[in-house]
Amino acid sequence: MSTAAPVLHGESPKAPPSYLQAGHTIKSWLLTGDHKRIAVLYLISVSVFFFFGSLAASMIRIELVSPRGVMLESDTYNKVFTAHGIIMIFFFLIPAIPAVLGNFLLPIMIGARDLAFPRLNLLSWYLYVAGGLCGVLAIAFGGVDTGWTFYTPYSSMYSNTNVTLTIIGAFIAGFSSIATGINFIVTVHKMRAPGMTWFRLPLMVWGSYATSLIIVLGTPVVAITLLLVVMERVFHIGVFSPELGGDPVLFQHLFWFYSHPAVYIMILPAMGVINEVITCFSRKRIFGYHFIAFSSLAIAGLGFLVWGHHMFVSSQSMYQGMVFSLLSYLVAVPSAIKVFNWTATIYKGSVRFQTPFLYVLGFMGLFVVGGLTGLFLAAMSTDVHLTDTYFVVAHFHYVMAGSNLIALLAGMHYWWPKMYGRLYNKKLAAISSALIFVGFNLTFLPQFVLGSRGMPRRYFNYLPQFQDLHVASTIGSWVLAAGLFLTAAYLLASFRQPKGMAANPWGGRTLEWETTSPPTTHNFEGQPVLQHGPYDYRPEPAAVGVKELAH
Amino acid sequence: MSTAIPSAHAHAEGGQTPFLQHHFREMSQQFDAAKIGMWLFLVTEVLLFGGLFVGYGIMHARHPEAFVAAHHHLDKTMGALNTVVLLISSFTMVLSVWAAQTSRKKLLVLFLLLTLACAGTFMVVKYFEYSHKFHEGLLPGKYYSHKGDTVPGQFLFFSFYFMMTGLHGIHVLLGMAAIAWLVWRALKGHFSSLYYAPVEITGLYWHLVDLIWIYLFPLMYLIS
Ligand SMILES: [Cu+2]
Repeated sequence: MSTAAPVLHGESPKAPPSYLQAGHTIKSWLLTGDHKRIAVLYLISVSVFFFFGSLAASMIRIELVSPRGVMLESDTYNKVFTAHGIIMIFFFLIPAIPAVLGNFLLPIMIGARDLAFPRLNLLSWYLYVAGGLCGVLAIAFGGVDTGWTFYTPYSSMYSNTNVTLTIIGAFIAGFSSIATGINFIVTVHKMRAPGMTWFRLPLMVWGSYATSLIIVLGTPVVAITLLLVVMERVFHIGVFSPELGGDPVLFQHLFWFYSHPAVYIMILPAMGVINEVITCFSRKRIFGYHFIAFSSLAIAGLGFLVWGHHMFVSSQSMYQGMVFSLLSYLVAVPSAIKVFNWTATIYKGSVRFQTPFLYVLGFMGLFVVGGLTGLFLAAMSTDVHLTDTYFVVAHFHYVMAGSNLIALLAGMHYWWPKMYGRLYNKKLAAISSALIFVGFNLTFLPQFVLGSRGMPRRYFNYLPQFQDLHVASTIGSWVLAAGLFLTAAYLLASFRQPKGMAANPWGGRTLEWETTSPPTTHNFEGQPVLQHGPYDYRPEPAAVGVKELAH
Repeated sequence: MSTAIPSAHAHAEGGQTPFLQHHFREMSQQFDAAKIGMWLFLVTEVLLFGGLFVGYGIMHARHPEAFVAAHHHLDKTMGALNTVVLLISSFTMVLSVWAAQTSRKKLLVLFLLLTLACAGTFMVVKYFEYSHKFHEGLLPGKYYSHKGDTVPGQFLFFSFYFMMTGLHGIHVLLGMAAIAWLVWRALKGHFSSLYYAPVEITGLYWHLVDLIWIYLFPLMYLIS
């Protein structure tokens, strides 16, 4: 149902080839400057890492079926959950939405031909791959057992596993995301099409912009902190080792100064995706555009002031704890604003329950559970009880893993026709979205209960009374895995479908839907000039961008 | 697919130079993008060094006597000399940008070479300082082997001394590579009042490298 959306330049016979057809050699991919091709490269590599991260997750879940373990030695278990955390956070959750969907869509959404620095963009992919290879090698050489948080002094002095190589991998990957962040900020400032004012930007762009600010302000701090851990291992410089006169808690401060905002690096782009999908499938202008845009910036800003809530049981004073607790409550406000605005958007909309929208509903469910359980952890008195239990594990899987993954899937299903010019099997897509939602909840809801009853995280064995809930959680992980395999299968099968598809199958009312699907290398033929903002879902909408300047 | 490489297929219309990349609409847009990009990069650099400054500050506060005792091993004259050398290099860098903006090719090459010479002097002085420290066993962490200390824990100071001046030194070397590249391009006649963005943004970077040293010098050499 492609509405009246006039495709700029239509399918004239002399139209240039799509970006996928613009060159078929391997070199034309590996040396490309085209943000869309780099997004595809990222999609492939991010998927590979997601597969291995999930493999480690399934090993953890199988191991925990029995109170005494099933197949792994206890130190192997430590290495497996560390591998799961490091791969998923540094090589999947942080890059996934910005580097795949953001890379592909940001320039098209603002009517630009490319990101401001195409070669820097390509460099960021190579850095990502190099960092990932270091991580893979570290695992191949015997693994790491510090957990993804690398807490000192264990990581800096005592662990005799491949900490150094892993940290170098995370360090390099950090510079990859800095490169992407700088590129996005400059692009939003300088590459917008004529008429594309700040408040005509699609909200996905606002989300990517806020994410990039966090990346640029946070990543260098964690980079230097991780480097200090390496220095401590190699030279025994003394900064984090109490016996040499250093302070191990200093590491926690520096680490969480980045790593709490990193949670927003994972969730803000996810929220950006949700904005786009929810308004399109409600056929209604998004409710409270300005509130959503500014709440992204508020989250980015407040996110830097709450790191102490990870350290309520470290050496922090009670008064410090109270301040961090209060600020952590505050950060819930902008998140809640978004949820209310989404709900108001759906209200009285003409909702169409297509696959992307099913994922949006899943996202709202998971995000609300994850967000509300976060309040228990932000309150000092309950957190002292819940620290380092499965409650924390379940909470952060809801907010950063589940929400990010489901938003990524929502976005992939929404923009798949845009990226590849093909539709997937909608019936299978609906089934797998249900499997993923049910599987995820079955995996992690029992973990809230386990945690509140005192099951500590990262333990290799446990008391027999926890077994039922652990088994339920493991079964849930299988349902989740089935849903993910099904998704991979029908998305890959979509490449065998014929391409004759409307350029705008969902009737989207943002600029990226007003060019061919898939777009040409230059995105638009000529320069689109904005007539009005996005999300005009009235029955007879005017085109977002019309006219072109001769180019 | 050399999309980003400025070459003949770039648009050379309306007073544009051949250096306009294909995805920009006009030179001023490309110039502003480069400049904002460099400023953001400098922010990340400040935060990167910021982590080390915080670490240094906290270790200094925990071990004040050791830090004061250790800093007496540094040569204040050498440090001051390097400060002056870097300040001069910042000045010649400013002159380079001016020369590029006003299309003075020979002066541009001259000022860039002077900047390069100052940076080289800085590194030579640093080399002599470092080898003296190595010789005396004033090394970071477990390699510290200086004899006859009365105050314990001085290795902590040298851990930070070598990390901070070392990271700064790497930045000086990278800056020298960038300036050498500018000299090469200037000799080929690339820069003029129409196109001088690389000179300007390298200049921004160079001033930050200078500025970090301005903080490092009193922090390391002049504590009391
Ligand atoms: Cu946090």
